[in-house]
Amino acid sequence: MSHSSAATVSEKSVWDGGASPMGASYGKLMMWFFLLSDAFTFSGLLITYGLVRASHPAFQGLPVDFIFSTEYWPIPEKVFEAVPFLHGYSLPLVFVGIMTFILIMSSVTMVLAVEAGHRMDRKAVEKWMLWTIIGGLTFLGCQAWEWTHFIVGTDAPTLVKDFVNGQWITKEVTGASLKINQYGPQPFADFFFFITGFHGFHVFSGVMFNFLIYYNTVTGVYERRGHYEMVEKVGLYWHFVDLVWVFVFTFFYLV
Amino acid sequence: MAHHSNEPQVTVLPPDKEKIKKLWTVAAYLGAITAVEFIIAFTMSHGPAKTAIFVLLTIVKAGYIVGEFMHLRYEVKVLFWAILIPTLFIIWMLVAFVYEGSQMPVF
Repeated sequence: MSHSSAATVSEKSVWDGGASPMGASYGKLMMWFFLLSDAFTFSGLLITYGLVRASHPAFQGLPVDFIFSTEYWPIPEKVFEAVPFLHGYSLPLVFVGIMTFILIMSSVTMVLAVEAGHRMDRKAVEKWMLWTIIGGLTFLGCQAWEWTHFIVGTDAPTLVKDFVNGQWITKEVTGASLKINQYGPQPFADFFFFITGFHGFHVFSGVMFNFLIYYNTVTGVYERRGHYEMVEKVGLYWHFVDLVWVFVFTFFYLV
Repeated sequence: MAHHSNEPQVTVLPPDKEKIKKLWTVAAYLGAITAVEFIIAFTMSHGPAKTAIFVLLTIVKAGYIVGEFMHLRYEVKVLFWAILIPTLFIIWMLVAFVYEGSQMPVF
């Protein structure tokens, strides 16, 4: 009898309780599954962008001859070509490139904070968390500028058809909002606001989380706890935000 | 009752030079791939080939971020696949929706 029960114990599966079959704590695992669900949300937005874009005609002709019109989908590099303090210069995608670089760098500082946490090095965690927060805030500042530029518009207006008081009129439009758009078909502006806005809100939340973790590190909460796993969890979130930007950069700005 | 006796005894380990070097290498790859994407954006004409290259490079970048920065490569196999397999639905969604979009023009 005792022999058979001993055999049962040794054959017990890791899924029978008492062990972590996925080798990760509850909190970390739930962060992974949350991020997976968030990946689906962002995919929904980006794929809908793809659907709507595919249903609009593309600009026929050389990119050099491109002008803004609501008749066809704009070439993104012709829309996003402004850089702060360099008004009037055509620098396509340069500013978005800088933003991408900032976010990649803040991802590196985050992973360095995680590495420092593994070594229980409080001073290093503080340093790298602070750099990550600065990177996040810089990105948000860049995005605020980009939104402002997109909303205010270019020097030359575009003729856009609009439905006013029961009839169609053609009027000059500069900039874009959720109602009118100088750069192309209306959905282009709507998707810009929704996709970069939803991502920007994630960055904003990430900065808030990072600050909480930074605060707890400074006050020694994790040192007393004996581990810095919270830095890892918030790190997963922060890398995910970077990951989403990689996809937004490709599918909204490059393609 | 000395106050310092309540403070935890923490042993700070020295930085893992090898690991840190690897992280910076990954960051350099990400930067380099982004630079390549930039060059392609202004040297190649628009078309399916260009889009394919962009998608491929994006997936490579995503692989580095998820695998190295998020450490997924080194996690237990069950966790690795539990995260990776559901993303197949995203590919399905992408193909289905973009096909649908090209089949029903707005104009």
